[in-house]
Amino acid sequence: MGRFLLNRVIQSIVTILVISMVVFLMARATGDPVTLLASDKATAQDIAVLKQQLGLDQPVPVQYWVFLTNAVRGNLGKSLADKGDVAQLIGERLPNSAVIGLPALLLSTVIGMAMGVVAAVKRDTWVDKSMRVIAVLGQSMPAFWVSIMAIFFFSVVLRVLPTSGMGTPDHYILPIAVLTFFALPMRMRLMRSSLLEIMGTEYVKQARAKGLSESAVVWRHAVRNALSPQLTSFGLTLAFAVTGAVLVETVFSWPGLGLLAYQAMLARDYPLIQGTVLLVAVLTIGANLLVDMLYAVVDPRIRY
Amino acid sequence: MATPVATAYVPPRSFAASGGARYRLIKVWREARRIPLLPSAVIVMFVIFAVFAPLVSPYDPTQIALVQKLKPPFFIEGGGIAHLLGTDNLGRDVLARLIWGSRVSLSVTAAVVVISSIVGLLIGLAAGYVGGRADDFLMRVADGSIAFPAVLIALLFAVSLGPGVTTVIIALSVLSWANYARIVRGEVLRMRQLEFIVGARVIGCSPLRVMVAHLFPNLVDVWVVMITLQVGLIVLSEAALGFLGAGVPPPTPSWGSLVSDGRNFVDTAWWISFFPGLAIGLLVLSVNYLGDWLRDRMDPQLRHR
Repeated sequence: MGRFLLNRVIQSIVTILVISMVVFLMARATGDPVTLLASDKATAQDIAVLKQQLGLDQPVPVQYWVFLTNAVRGNLGKSLADKGDVAQLIGERLPNSAVIGLPALLLSTVIGMAMGVVAAVKRDTWVDKSMRVIAVLGQSMPAFWVSIMAIFFFSVVLRVLPTSGMGTPDHYILPIAVLTFFALPMRMRLMRSSLLEIMGTEYVKQARAKGLSESAVVWRHAVRNALSPQLTSFGLTLAFAVTGAVLVETVFSWPGLGLLAYQAMLARDYPLIQGTVLLVAVLTIGANLLVDMLYAVVDPRIRY
Repeated sequence: MATPVATAYVPPRSFAASGGARYRLIKVWREARRIPLLPSAVIVMFVIFAVFAPLVSPYDPTQIALVQKLKPPFFIEGGGIAHLLGTDNLGRDVLARLIWGSRVSLSVTAAVVVISSIVGLLIGLAAGYVGGRADDFLMRVADGSIAFPAVLIALLFAVSLGPGVTTVIIALSVLSWANYARIVRGEVLRMRQLEFIVGARVIGCSPLRVMVAHLFPNLVDVWVVMITLQVGLIVLSEAALGFLGAGVPPPTPSWGSLVSDGRNFVDTAWWISFFPGLAIGLLVLSVNYLGDWLRDRMDPQLRHR
């Protein structure tokens, strides 16, 4: 167990390092920052001094090392647009993303898994078919469009919910609902397929043969064993949810990380988007690591 | 993801043993007749829109006519057959913009699918066949890029390289190749143990020959299914980037940017956003349906992936 975990931790750190390198090298592709910062009247000497101040006269590996050690200390530089501290800006926005992201993840997991169970048990009936239609729609409709249409329907036509922004509890409903709708299909499809597979196994037959009620067979024997694929796919869902969050937050003007990334893109604010990407990288990779550790808890057959 | 490894014996198929071109053609025709009609028709329609945009489109998509602005679609009072799907805030025809938008969206998608499927195939083949450290490294990179939120990386690319068609193609290809590579690698690892590959190596085939003449023909099915399943995702991602303004710069219409154009008019002119989004949804729905159908026909073992 210890060896495996150590390996996984090292792997995760390597992945984060690779992403940090990509981010760092992409920053070079944006063009020379000195020309952006220096005024038109700057002489060659001014530029040389500025380069020295920014550490740009150092070799690239040294620059990377400085960038990395600063990032680890929580120093992600200053935003180009409003000169604010990037780490602080991100810190202000992160909780806002969490208050819609976490409920959506929770809801989509619970509802999606329940729908998957029902669809598998009622296989090929109209219940199953309509649930599959919902899943297919969730996977095919663009999230940003559904958000806009939800605003049109609930705010413009019915006038029951606010259009955008953050404030009253009503403001939370649409963003959470849309995010849930998009994270749901993966949960549901996976639950349905793994449960169908399990329902055909010997131990389920055996459970039925010894006279257990159908609900005991499904919930106590089959569903429990369908949980570990759910856990494995959680990392993927998380990545998906972040993508959804960027779009949904943009449409609903929700002041979270996604909207911050969008605004950083519009302003071509490289330090800001670089900080956001790094933070999300650490979060998603950390979550994947956590999932691998939980694996052994959920599935006792797995011993590292 | 832990996927069940297929243990059933798969009859080897190589180009030499495919039983003649004519037999193959008949087989292809028999399969083709069973293709679901409606989704195929939708896809063909959008491809025609994209290819023949100048002929099909009723108007110039960028022509501004303020007199005609915010006309509703034909089925709503005030609309007419002159502008079937209405006009936007600058009087541009929504249908014309949708048709021209399909050109940008579909060509970007095609480019991304071609690049990423070939790169993914080559990397997957090499990683699976050569194995060792190279395999470990490549699969780490693949895992990393799959676990990462696509749109966020694309935004990073848009900031550093500047928004545009090339940026979108690069960003989406970088994010998409790993899906092919992982599946292809898995298949190669499985086939490496089978007699026909072992035999080919024993009689002295070079690694390149084994990969091209023996492994590749048996990978085509999986590869094609992967392509159809990825197309929908790429269309959606391209649209998302267009919507966020990280795609093709205006006034050139793309589906995503068209939805974004109508964002501020949902209260007065919902049709500006509605139809382009509907087009995206319809296309993705059709492609996904066809992909699922193809997967079930080609390999029921793949059903749960």
